[in-house]
Amino acid sequence: MTYFLIRRIGFILITLILASIIIFSITQLLPGDVARVILGQFATERAIENLREELGLNRPLHVQYLDWAGGFVRGDWGNSLVSRTPVRPMVMQRLGNSVMLAGVALLIYVPLGILLGVFAALKKDKMADQLITGVSMAFVGLPEFVTGLLLITFLAIGLEWFPANSSINPESTFRQAFPYLILPAITVSLTGLGYIARMTRSGTIDVLRTDYIRAADLKGLPAGQVLFKHVLRNSLLPTVTIVAMGIGWLLGGLIVTEAVYGYPGLGRLIVYSIQRQDLPLLQACSMVIVAIYSISNLAADIIYSLLNPRIRVGS
Amino acid sequence: MPKKVLDARNVTVTYRTEKGLLDTVRKVSLQICSGEIYGLVGESGSGKSTLARAIVRYLPENGFLKNGEIYLGDTDLLTLSKSEMRRVWGGRVTMVHQDPNAAVNPSVMIGEQIAEVARTHLKMSRQEAKDKALEMLTKVRMADPEAVARRYAHQLSGGMLQRVLIAIAMTTNPELLIMDEPTTALDVTTEAVILDLIGDLMREYDTAVLYITHNLGVVARVCNRVGVLYAGEMMEEGSIGQVFKNKLHPYTRGLLGCVPRVDVNKKDISLKAIPGYIPRPDQLPPGCVFAPRCELAEGACREARPPLAEIESGHLTACRRYKALRSYGDVVADTRDAHEELEYGELVLEARNVKKYFPVAGSLPFLSKVRKQEVKAVDDITVRMRHSFTMGIVGESGCGKTTFARCIMGLEEATAGEIELEGELLPYSVAKRPPETLRKMQMVFQNPDASLNPQHPAGEAVARPLKLLRRMDKKALQDRVRELFEAVNLPEDYIYRLPHELSGGEKQRVAIARAFAADPTLMICDEPISSLDVSVQASLMNLLVDLQESKGTSYLFISHDLAAVRHLSDWIAVVYLGRLWEIGSAEDVFVPPYHPYTEALLSALPIPDPDVRQESIRLKGSVPSAMNIPSGCRFHTRCPRKIGAICENEEPPWQNTGYYHQLCCHIPADELLVLQGYGLLKKGERGAGK
Repeated sequence: MTYFLIRRIGFILITLILASIIIFSITQLLPGDVARVILGQFATERAIENLREELGLNRPLHVQYLDWAGGFVRGDWGNSLVSRTPVRPMVMQRLGNSVMLAGVALLIYVPLGILLGVFAALKKDKMADQLITGVSMAFVGLPEFVTGLLLITFLAIGLEWFPANSSINPESTFRQAFPYLILPAITVSLTGLGYIARMTRSGTIDVLRTDYIRAADLKGLPAGQVLFKHVLRNSLLPTVTIVAMGIGWLLGGLIVTEAVYGYPGLGRLIVYSIQRQDLPLLQACSMVIVAIYSISNLAADIIYSLLNPRIRVGS
Repeated sequence: MPKKVLDARNVTVTYRTEKGLLDTVRKVSLQICSGEIYGLVGESGSGKSTLARAIVRYLPENGFLKNGEIYLGDTDLLTLSKSEMRRVWGGRVTMVHQDPNAAVNPSVMIGEQIAEVARTHLKMSRQEAKDKALEMLTKVRMADPEAVARRYAHQLSGGMLQRVLIAIAMTTNPELLIMDEPTTALDVTTEAVILDLIGDLMREYDTAVLYITHNLGVVARVCNRVGVLYAGEMMEEGSIGQVFKNKLHPYTRGLLGCVPRVDVNKKDISLKAIPGYIPRPDQLPPGCVFAPRCELAEGACREARPPLAEIESGHLTACRRYKALRSYGDVVADTRDAHEELEYGELVLEARNVKKYFPVAGSLPFLSKVRKQEVKAVDDITVRMRHSFTMGIVGESGCGKTTFARCIMGLEEATAGEIELEGELLPYSVAKRPPETLRKMQMVFQNPDASLNPQHPAGEAVARPLKLLRRMDKKALQDRVRELFEAVNLPEDYIYRLPHELSGGEKQRVAIARAFAADPTLMICDEPISSLDVSVQASLMNLLVDLQESKGTSYLFISHDLAAVRHLSDWIAVVYLGRLWEIGSAEDVFVPPYHPYTEALLSALPIPDPDVRQESIRLKGSVPSAMNIPSGCRFHTRCPRKIGAICENEEPPWQNTGYYHQLCCHIPADELLVLQGYGLLKKGERGAGK
């Protein structure tokens, strides 16, 4: 287990280094000169040359990379080219918002998805199962801007239960933000729900077929005990992986949902940084998302192995 | 007077299928009394597991009980609700399943899996249930029960898991215990230990046992009564003595004739396979279900189904012609023309000092050099094989026999040693061997499902080696494929069938035809018949013998089934932990003096004859890991005849005990002969050793 951890953390470091090189190289390849972008169309060659010197853009690329990467590790993520303020607080604040949204969404769709998945598995091939699998597939397929607009039309504008616009003040606390989180969280959940339900359903069906479940039934254990102790402990293992993969997606990939509701999350910050060619901001956002993906995958592996005695205790 | 525990009458089980309603078990009645072990035998598809599931009312969703009554003691099981059934399951009726690795929950500790039964049915507290679990583990003779209770399934061997399942089943002291092929997935040595355990426990507990198996040897060893099921109907029922010695049904007689004997082999007899196949439930013959395969069948047999009738006290048969069967006598196998003594032809294969070490993957790549470990799967094996000759290799699973075969084939690259085919030194890897060598060596694998491409018709599979290794043109190819199908007794139209349209035995015939297509001088058979029914096994063994006679091919025959090895082999090599311990002619290896390991294997072998009394020599535990091979004699940790420190410290010497018979043991051969006496064979049937 210790070796496993050391190795996995080692892999994550390598992933992060490779990702940082790729991110750095790609941002260098973007069209347009950074100094030109900052100073605008009508700046003089001289002014641009001065700014390049000031920003260190004339140094060899590897020096620039090391400088940037070193700064990143020390917590100095550079200044935004647009607002001229440090990037880190901006990213962290948006990350905080994304975490709030992700948290609410996970609380909605993970338990619900597991519940529906297990229920569908128990009713395999019956009406309830076909309904659950069919509807959840449909929601996985529907783009978020469609579900989002439908929800806004019915729940926000029609019934006036929730606010239609979630462009909260970036500094709001969770308590203040909560009402605004519900609709975007539901939108996201409709997509996530399908994945969780389907994975849980197939995992549970596989386990229900095993000899050890037959054995548990024929031990005469109460049906609930068979389900919770013998079935779910084994059948939810693949679901753990799906949940962890969802975390990365929730924190960095909700560009459409955030745009539909105007929610100030990390996804929209990325779009903004691309539109404005704000390279330090884009680099920082990308690195944060890569890190989140790596860490949530590691968390999934660790939880998986903690739940799975075949990995936790060697033979 | 023992009381009747299970009384199942006229049970008919029906499945809803695409072909409509099919009665897979028809009008079967079973009575089992307390303290009785009832053996239910039959080939696959006979409906034995379905019957068991019907008795406990745990049929798959598409199956239901169409007719019949099932009483457990005074309780009519058919009137119970689902929740009342749950109280019966695990309490009054318990079950032990075939594959212990699959039947134990991988995520719940062993102790808890026993304790939960005690809490549910015996209403025990957590602590009491824990103690009960330890008591049960002790009862099934588990070493160190406290440690085992805290382990998970993957940390235990198959034999240990089967004990756990038996412990679970006996926790509530049930009235009826149903065991469905409980030892089929185990090694013969482990099987013997489990069978002993079952026998002892049943003497102690007075439980009624329904013991389902396809192995007649196992029935003869543990059961009191036996029922023979065929195509969903009971053919014969009676006490062990009645059924084995006074068979009243040609199917029973046929089954027994399929089992190879340990005192004679292919030179003396050919096995009597039952012709044809078990009918599918949608294609049942109108008369007796066995009539299409029965030599004795006459007109009346094919018209009306004969009832199960009691002929003598407690002995029932569904055969109208049981009297004719009696006059047929008990000779079930054809004797063959006496063969000349072993003739030693040209050397075909010589494998010298073959070794295969697998590196153990270190947890960290850069640490693996420091903690370098190796699995010594094959550690110095030398064999010589001659023309038209069969070498049998026996040993428990994990002893290295398959790895050795794969090294010979080049499927695994040997670590060291020399492999010569007809005097020519071969490269280790199959990829480096010339086509001509590939042609000369062919292999038949254990599982025909996995070794035939499901998308290719059977003829295509057979044609490939002809095309690739013999470069035949199209016309010659077609003729040859037809000849090969004929040679393995498959009808010509099977050439166009896909593997899923063939039965297991037919698929293996195709695999054999494919191997012979290349016209090999050496064929390696890795457990080619193990997964098949006894009657199919017999016909395949006959086929292998016939093909060897006509083509002069040599076989390296690997199996854990000693009887099959004994029947087919000229020579037998006994392998344990990657090394040979005894080698010699089949006749010599099966009579004392033998190596203590061979002795234990033979003693474990279930023989379908209730009169054979075998020495009960049992091995402790399972084969040690090939990563930590014991010092001195590798067998000393489990050897029942260990003589002392010498076994732990010194490698034993090879001893010549006769004409090319060698064994490797510290105990002198003549002492072994005294210790082992007459060995396996019945007194007087053959001389004591030599």
